[in-house]
Amino acid sequence: MLNISGIEAGYVIDHIKAGSCMRIYKALNLDKFGGEVAIIKNARSRKHGKKDIIKIEGLVELDLNLLGFLDDQITVNVIQRERIIEKKALSLPDEVTDVAVCKNPRCITSAEPGLHQVFVLTDREKRVYRCKYCEEKLQNDG
Amino acid sequence: MLRHLLSPLDLSVTETDRLISVAQDIQANPQRYAHVADGKKLATCFYEPSTRTRLSFEAAMLNLGGSVLGFSSAQSSSVSKGESVADTVRVVGCYADVIAMRHPKEGAPMVASLYSPVPIINAGDGGHQHPTQTLTDLLTIRSEKGRLQDLTIGLCGDLKFGRTVHSLITALSRYPDIKFVLISPEELRLPDFVREDVLVKNHIPFEETGRIEDVLPQLDALYMTRVQRERFFNEEDYIRLKDRFILNADKLALAGPEMIVMHPLPRVNEIATEVDDDPRAVYFKQAQYGVYVRMALIMYLLGLEAQPC
Repeated sequence: MLNISGIEAGYVIDHIKAGSCMRIYKALNLDKFGGEVAIIKNARSRKHGKKDIIKIEGLVELDLNLLGFLDDQITVNVIQRERIIEKKALSLPDEVTDVAVCKNPRCITSAEPGLHQVFVLTDREKRVYRCKYCEEKLQNDG
Repeated sequence: MLRHLLSPLDLSVTETDRLISVAQDIQANPQRYAHVADGKKLATCFYEPSTRTRLSFEAAMLNLGGSVLGFSSAQSSSVSKGESVADTVRVVGCYADVIAMRHPKEGAPMVASLYSPVPIINAGDGGHQHPTQTLTDLLTIRSEKGRLQDLTIGLCGDLKFGRTVHSLITALSRYPDIKFVLISPEELRLPDFVREDVLVKNHIPFEETGRIEDVLPQLDALYMTRVQRERFFNEEDYIRLKDRFILNADKLALAGPEMIVMHPLPRVNEIATEVDDDPRAVYFKQAQYGVYVRMALIMYLLGLEAQPC
């Protein structure tokens, strides 16, 4: 296991599906964040064999809805004074906005200016999201 | 609270049944309804061509004593200048009490409902939904078969882009003991937002077949649809598929004496004209039922009541 120094105040985004940490990193706009960020790929996991982890020094604003949509197995540990003060378990959000584009060429989102791309969870068990407007299934290629 | 009709599921089963009953009363006693919408205006915002649906809405409002205004193609409206749906309905909502909208883009009436100050009725959005045709179809089935339960309904033709099919399956799935027989070429099978989210999810029995002859004897109603040229990006695909299912007198002879033949119209050649005189063909009656049920819907959305006897 690599040794990475502790966090004074920030987050540990744990249990990221192995191989997908860069997708999470980009989705959270961490490439534009000026603070310290550690990306750990293929860390050992008792549950899944391998996992990715992102450690962030600094209390940036995290979009937990977006994180839950990308990977609802993730746990977000909130760190204060080098201690975990809260563990946030994520779940699939009922609705997500502007995280993807509807692929249906007949959808009104392809024509109407200024319209947000909204996807609604229609089947939690099968993790199906559909466009709020045309009901086209979202292909979540994560 | 402002109510819209975007999908058949925007009305509960109780509301749907009540609308159908009002429509049947309108058919029996039209004079009771001749002035219920006096002074009210319906705007028909049709962004793509339609004859019967637009005229049916207009006839419905006129029968209620109201007035109509609107446009019948995108070219004759401000959309040709680049106006958004949101802006159009905000403006039209200042002129009318209710708006019926047809649009080639799927979900356009939902966008309209987010901005409109008056009720929006989806009069067909792309290959998505067509809820007033569904109300028409439900009224037709209940009037001709006497019930909306314990029925085997065959749907034939373009089940992929056929918005009337999607809406009818969604609405009928809420009634008990309904079974569907889906008859289509492989390329025009029912999309999964209906198959998975409506049929499979609600454990509604259905079978899929490519041969109409095999299933005709078991049907209570056969719903024929047109393969719609305007839904294809590729003309070759349209030409290859358009004549796959044609109902003629020989095939209809395989059906039971009580089966009804429905069609949302317009027909091209999927029902031979020789079928028109068969008493089981109810598709022209359907058009008349459409006026009654749209009258009932307009009244409901505007909170209007029939005049006392």
